[in-house]
Amino acid sequence: MAEETAAPPAFVGPLEDKDRIFTNVYGFQDWGIDAAMKRGDWDNTKKLLEIGQDAIIDQIKASGLRGRGGAGFPTGMKWSFMPKESKDGRPSFLVINADESEPGSCKDREIIRHDPHKLIEGALVAGFAMRARAAYIYIRGEFIYEAKVLFAAVQQAYDKGFLGKNACGSGYDFDVFVHRGAGAYICGEETAQIESIEGKKGQPRLKPPFPAGAGLYGCPTTVNNVESIAVAPTILRRSPAWFSSFGRENNKGTKLFQISGHVNKPCVVEESMGIPFKELIDRHCGGIRGGWDNLLAVIPGGSSVPLVPAAQIMDAPMDFDGLRGLGSGLGTAAVIVMDKSTDIVRAISRLSYFYKHESCGQCTPCREGTGWMWRVMERLRNGEAEIEEIDMLFQVTKQVEGHTICALGDAAAWPIQGLIRHFRPEIERRINERKGTPAMMEAAE
Amino acid sequence: MADAPHIPDEAETRARWGAFAWTAENAEQAKKVIARYPEGRQASAVMPLLDLAQRQVGAETNTQGWLPVPVMEYIADQLEMPYMRVYEVATFYTMYNLAPVGRFHVQVCGTTPCMLRGSDDVLAACKGKGLSKGHTTADGLFTLTEVECLGACANAPMVQINDDNYEDLTFETMTAILDDLAAGKQPKIGPQIDRQTSCPEGGPTSLKEMVSENHDYRGAW
Repeated sequence: MAEETAAPPAFVGPLEDKDRIFTNVYGFQDWGIDAAMKRGDWDNTKKLLEIGQDAIIDQIKASGLRGRGGAGFPTGMKWSFMPKESKDGRPSFLVINADESEPGSCKDREIIRHDPHKLIEGALVAGFAMRARAAYIYIRGEFIYEAKVLFAAVQQAYDKGFLGKNACGSGYDFDVFVHRGAGAYICGEETAQIESIEGKKGQPRLKPPFPAGAGLYGCPTTVNNVESIAVAPTILRRSPAWFSSFGRENNKGTKLFQISGHVNKPCVVEESMGIPFKELIDRHCGGIRGGWDNLLAVIPGGSSVPLVPAAQIMDAPMDFDGLRGLGSGLGTAAVIVMDKSTDIVRAISRLSYFYKHESCGQCTPCREGTGWMWRVMERLRNGEAEIEEIDMLFQVTKQVEGHTICALGDAAAWPIQGLIRHFRPEIERRINERKGTPAMMEAAE
Repeated sequence: MADAPHIPDEAETRARWGAFAWTAENAEQAKKVIARYPEGRQASAVMPLLDLAQRQVGAETNTQGWLPVPVMEYIADQLEMPYMRVYEVATFYTMYNLAPVGRFHVQVCGTTPCMLRGSDDVLAACKGKGLSKGHTTADGLFTLTEVECLGACANAPMVQINDDNYEDLTFETMTAILDDLAAGKQPKIGPQIDRQTSCPEGGPTSLKEMVSENHDYRGAW
């Protein structure tokens, strides 16, 4: 067990506006390039590139930035896996993952439709640092308006000479292309996304080879989330030390939180990593619907992470390690809040349906298991099951988990495991109620 | 599969769509799309071209559009791909309609974040207007589909109708949207409550200067 040794109460107060990166997150102002430049984007980008390729990667490493797409892999380290020179003439590519489809997640949408130039400038900076020839931004198909904005914003950057030949006068040639998806959650998985850009159905590849060795078109490729890329220019402008001044050790920086469900005012908001759950909700969401006593449970990082019961989440720091310590995860910081009116079994069963619907069908445990798990979940929802089936379901989730090419199998298993771990009495109550054994009902409560 | 679309009769489809070709404007657009990908990698353009074709079919039929087999064959020819590779893509991704749909494709998100905030009411509003899941209304106006998370969870519950999102819905506002569309009126796109995008209802808790001016925060760095 990796217990934390350092115990800094690192949350030193709410993030100040001057330290927010995405200042136009709500789209009160124009997304266009002139307005974005007035807010500080594309401000002497050439100077950022003059820091040098390896030095940029070092600075991103020093900032402590961990990938914002869910897994939290250190971004600078990921970039450093790319080849420093092409020995066989193959170009390198940056793929930016804007296939935001994890239930609860809605932050990349705000970046793209309201602050697209942060992303496009980040694409140049990151692409340059990893010596990529071009970036492909893979935006989910249903983001139709967002894709329109992104296409137009990329064109604006070309028109200003910020992209293309001699981008920003740096002497470096770099292109940015936008590729629209067409409705498939699995394309958020990096190798499925690469397959999809190549014009195939999005089924994940076996690794190795890893994308940094052979990715898009067989060329070295790094796939990064939108938010990871979009924060890079600001980190370079303000220094790694500035970014790492927020949050706890190993959990640095600012983060877009997306709060949905039973809060009074759902929203997307940029906050310091590690902000305690209660503070996040009270400050930005007007509290829990019906008051704090009405909180039942929270899915703190998007549908793929296990839920956390109310009592445990209340003071938890919202960061990678803080939520991992509760048997859950920060994921994409998509916080799904559920009050006591929630049919918790249905809420999780609906996620099981989601994974069944989105399984690409390549691996048997996932193809068969997601459907099986959903059907059992639906029976548990109505209590039409035997008590032993709860353990059987748990066993099946363990057989799916870790036995598939990509993490979709794990993602389908974890929410169910979280439900059983924390709400077993509720599941048993429904079964007993249906069977008409009130004595056991009371015992379960 | 019970929920697989009923693919229309082959002979009829060929008679109607066998001569499909890009409009002049779309032919230009198709060229631009193909140019986004490296030489010899034109297969990468299959997804955007299927979308373009579906939109062209939609424009010709006054619906959201769909992908008749001859249209997919046309794209396969253009991209020098086996037809089966195109069909494989068209059947994998949910946004390609394999059968005709109505004028308005009503896609109600039913995944948990929307469910928690009332997607049942949104679906009830659809039912109240005679829509049923997987079907097109007799007047050809509406096709209803329950879809998976569309990525607007802070504005749940939501629906996407053709290219537009309607968010922060209730039974009443969803009913009003369907009434408007049926009457040929364009409802207000986006949140249906008094709210700026994903900002907290009632006004921002951060970045308040941005409401009234394009504020540059760098002065305070």
